[in-house]
Formats: sequence, C-alpha cells, structure tokens
Amino acid sequence: MTPLIEARGITRIIDGVTPTTLVAGIDFSMAAGEFVAITGPSGSGKSSLLYLLGLLDIPTQGEVLVNGRPTRDLDEEARAAMRLSQLGFVFQFHFLLPEFSAMENVMLPMRALGKRSEAQMRKRAFEILDSLGLADHAFKRPDQMSGGQRQRVAIARSLANDPLVILADEPTGNLDTHSSAQVLAIMRGIVDSSRDADRKAIVIVTHDLDLAAKADRRVHIVDGKIAAVPD
Amino acid sequence: MNLVLSIALTHVRARVRQTIVGVIGVATGVGFSVMMAALMEGSQNDFVSQLVDALPHISVTDQRRDPPRQPSQDAYDAVEIRGLSTPVTRPGIKNPYAIIASIEAWGAGAVAPSVQSRAVLRFAGRDTAASVIGVDPRREIYVSKLGTQIVEGSLNDLYKTSNAIILGSGLARKIGARVGNSVTLVGGVGRAVSANVVALSHSGVNQIDETQSYTLLKTAQILAGQTGLVNEIRIKTPDAMEARDIALRVERETGYKALSWLEANEDLMSAFQIRNFIMFAVVGAILLVASFGTYNIISTITHEKTRDIAIMKSIGLPAKLVRRIFVVEGLVIGVLGVVIGWALGFAMSWGMGQVEFKSPFMDATRLPILYSPLHYAIAGGVALAASAVAGYFPARKAASLRPVEIIRGAS
Repeated sequence: MTPLIEARGITRIIDGVTPTTLVAGIDFSMAAGEFVAITGPSGSGKSSLLYLLGLLDIPTQGEVLVNGRPTRDLDEEARAAMRLSQLGFVFQFHFLLPEFSAMENVMLPMRALGKRSEAQMRKRAFEILDSLGLADHAFKRPDQMSGGQRQRVAIARSLANDPLVILADEPTGNLDTHSSAQVLAIMRGIVDSSRDADRKAIVIVTHDLDLAAKADRRVHIVDGKIAAVPD
Repeated sequence: MNLVLSIALTHVRARVRQTIVGVIGVATGVGFSVMMAALMEGSQNDFVSQLVDALPHISVTDQRRDPPRQPSQDAYDAVEIRGLSTPVTRPGIKNPYAIIASIEAWGAGAVAPSVQSRAVLRFAGRDTAASVIGVDPRREIYVSKLGTQIVEGSLNDLYKTSNAIILGSGLARKIGARVGNSVTLVGGVGRAVSANVVALSHSGVNQIDETQSYTLLKTAQILAGQTGLVNEIRIKTPDAMEARDIALRVERETGYKALSWLEANEDLMSAFQIRNFIMFAVVGAILLVASFGTYNIISTITHEKTRDIAIMKSIGLPAKLVRRIFVVEGLVIGVLGVVIGWALGFAMSWGMGQVEFKSPFMDATRLPILYSPLHYAIAGGVALAASAVAGYFPARKAASLRPVEIIRGAS
C-alpha cells in the first residue's frame, strides 16, 4: 500500500553565515489510518519536519512523496495546489482570517479549490462545524470565540477539502486541558471514523507526552534526527 | 461572490479610515483632472469659436504667395534676376464670380465675395479710421456670424437705402453715432461717400467692434474707386478643421493666396499645443500623486496582512490568487475614487462655470467649460491603471512571501 506521505532522507539546512541544520537525513513514512505524533525537545526540528512533510518548505536534500507522487520538481504553484487538495493544516495559533466568520474561514479552501457550488460549500462548511460542536458559532468571527473554539474552527478548515493527511503543529499548545482533550478527541475521531479509500492520516507535532501517548505511533526527534523514543 | 473580490472587499472594509484616505486621494486627483481638462479645453474651444468661427474659415485675397515666374526661369537651369519691375496690375481678384462658381461647384463650402477697404469715417466733426468691408448680405450670412451679431437693425437693412452702413458697436460708441445718423466715408483714393447708419453689430471682440463697419459691395467699391472690385473671397468650410486642405486646393486652382484660419493663427495653434501639453502634464502629475497614496495604503495593508497571506498560502491558495487580491484592493479604492472623483469633477466644473470672467478684450462672460465624456474616461482610466499598478507592487511582494517563514516566526 502506498504511504500517504513518505520522506526519503530529507535534510533541511538554512543558509547563512553559520548554516543551520534543521532536519538531517530523516526517513519517514505514514500510511492511511495512522495517527502519528512527532515529539522532541524545543528546537529539535519537529516543526521543521512537519513543514517539509506538508510541502510548506523544500528539503535541501532528499525527497518528499505525497500519495506516492514525488514533489521535488514541483514548482510553487503545483505544491500549493497539492497542499490545497490533499493536505490540511492546523497550527498552534489558530491562524484564522480575523475579518471572516467561522463559516467563511472553513469555506476558504473550498472556494480556492473551486470544485463545489456556493450552496454545496456552505452546506459542507456548516456540517463540518456542526460535527465539531460549533453550529452556534458558525457566523461568529474568531475574536468572538474562545481559544478552543478557534482551534476547532481551524480543524474544520483543515477538513474542508477532504484531505488525505492533516498536519498539526502543536494544535493544543495554546489551549487549556479541557480544550486540549476536546481537540485531541476530534483528531482521533477523524482518523478512526475515516474508512477504506477515504482513510485519513494525521501527523501531529507536540511536546505534550500525554497527547503523544494517544497516537498510534510516536517519532522522536533530537537535533534534527530521529532518535529512540525515551521511556 | 468571487473569492478574490470577497477577500479584497473585506480587507478594504476592515480599514475604513485608510480606505477613505485612499479614495479621497484618487477622487481628488480625478476630480481636479476632470475640472482642469473641462476648463482648459472649454476655454480653448471658446477662444477658437470666438476668434475663428466668427470669421470665414478661408480668405482668398488678390495677393499671390510667390512672385510670378519669369520665362527665363523656365528656359535656363540657373537664373539670377535683379531689379525686376513687376507689372502694375489692377487690384482685385480677376473674374471673382467665375471663381466663386467654381469653388462652389466642388463643394468647398459657403462662399461670399467681399471688398476690404480702409476709410476715414467722419462724424460730428471728428475723423476716425475704420475698416470698411463690402459684403453681399445674402451670401455673407453663410460665411460669417455677421447676421447674428447685429444688435440693432438687421443685415438686410443694407438694402434699405443707398450707401447704407453697419457700424461695429465699439466704433459707433467711439464716434457717438447711432442708427439713423449719417456719416461720411472718405476712401483711400479721396472719394467721399455719405452713408446712413442702418444697424450696429457686436461680435464681442473689442478689436473688431471698434474698427469694423459693413456696407454693400457696391458702396465699398465706390470708396475704393473701382467698380466691380472684389479683393477677398470668403469661404466657410463644412468642417473648420478641413480648412487647410481646402485652402490648398483653392490656391492651387485659382493661383490666389488662400489663407485658412489654421494658417493665419498658426502661432495660436502652437500655443494651444503647448497649453495642452502643460495641461496633460499637470493632470498626469495629479493622478500620479494620487496613485502614490493608493500604493501607500495597499503597502500598509499588505504589511499588516503578512500573517493572513501566510495563512492563505499555507492552505494552498496560489500566489497569483494572493497577488490578485491586493491588485483588486487597489482597484476597489481606484473605482470608488474614480466614481466620487467624477462627481467631484462635475461639481467643480459646474461651479467654475458659474464664475464670471471679465477680459479687457472681450465681453464679460462665464468661464467656458467643456463637459466631455472623454475627459471623464481618460481621468478614470488613468486613475484605475495607476491604482492597479499601485496595488500590483505590494501584491507582488505579498505573493512572493514564503509562508513557512511567517509561520515559524509566529510560532
């Protein structure tokens, strides 16, 4: 079975007076239906790895394949198109557009993809928000919602185009315990409820070991390299 | 609504104060440009209409542009001629009515004969130099505005009595004559004619009104001492701008000097060209300044929206779409500014049109304004193009942002 995301020996070095290695020769692969947690100390390169896996960054060496398709030779437009249609992102700071309502934020990727009618997009956006318990907040702007609600809207947005993989960078990093548990349960549910050809995968960057423990698999990063998971 | 437009409008709406400043900048630019153009072209048209339309478009006189060619010039390759005595010829255009019929035949326009002469006008013991123009009233009305410029009496009153004369209003005032008075005209050859003032004309141009008078052709011919004399043929062309070409043809066919109003006022036309250049330079500068305002605002929005741009790009919105958002924002400001600017320009033009302007050379008049859709289209088009360009550069910068750098920074 083709991995949804596969990294083959990826290295990312930032040029400068003193070049900085963020990720060094990592091999990684995740299959459909997997919930993978990337852990590691601050500055270890776990977010950088996530950005490389999510085609937000380009590896200095190595290759990332999405659903079996190599991405090294893709131009920025093609990478953006792949992000839009096959990947979903959730960041530590919700990163919602502040002037738009929850509905509009969720509709944004769908409108950019342009495969659904306005009515279909509205219906789908509302259904996703409803499934995440946000039906009453659909028409509120981010500043009218709590941190947990905003993060759930961000998850809803990541699901808008029905992506293969959701990449989450410290999605609970800014939330209280209750909201964190809620967000985690939603993510777990996304993987568990997806079926067959639609099976999704989630890769989550976190330093919360309790959260990581609930993942199917844990990848520990130290100094940009995969290390043994500590006890 | 289209995604690009929806985001652009939301950004613009969310920054009311900045948007208003930008819109005012563009509106002021467009408004002043429209007003300037309306005023400049209006005054130019008015000037042309007053000075040129009031006169025939082409004047064919009994002069030749070049001296007659000598037979020796045709016989030899190089000839030097010195002390040539030109033959004394009878003044006036030869066979004027045949020439008039010929010009009329090929549709050059309305044609009228006239006699130009100078005379001393004697009234109440005072002598005043005046220009006496002999006209054929039935033809004259088609080549000049004399018929409509009669303020007392009528042009046809010239037929009422023998030796009737129409005085320019300024000339009548200067000598103190009124309709019904009798004045004495003394021509260049010393012949005196007594004429009755039957009407007064008023062109609005002081230089004309204070020096010119009109009689029938016959009276002017008597003053000039030559019966049958016609020393000027006046032509009014259907299109004033074709006068130069028609004059060339008339001159080629008749051999007489045919001077179009364009040629006669060549220096004035050059002045208008310079004036138009200055006008477009000023209008361009106004719009350029307004576009800097738009650039500044879109730049600020782009800067403030760096994080949003990163979000959109990380989700997968293509760079060209992000670029379009900011160009459309510039255009939204531009469109609002243009619409308000048009209204402002119209209002200012109307207001300027109400200002009364007094010239020492012409009658008191309101400032002439030309309401031309072309001015609105040009000002609007340039402002929109400037807004799009002003939006494009920040937009290009926004589109080239690498989202990961912003996200990394925010994290």
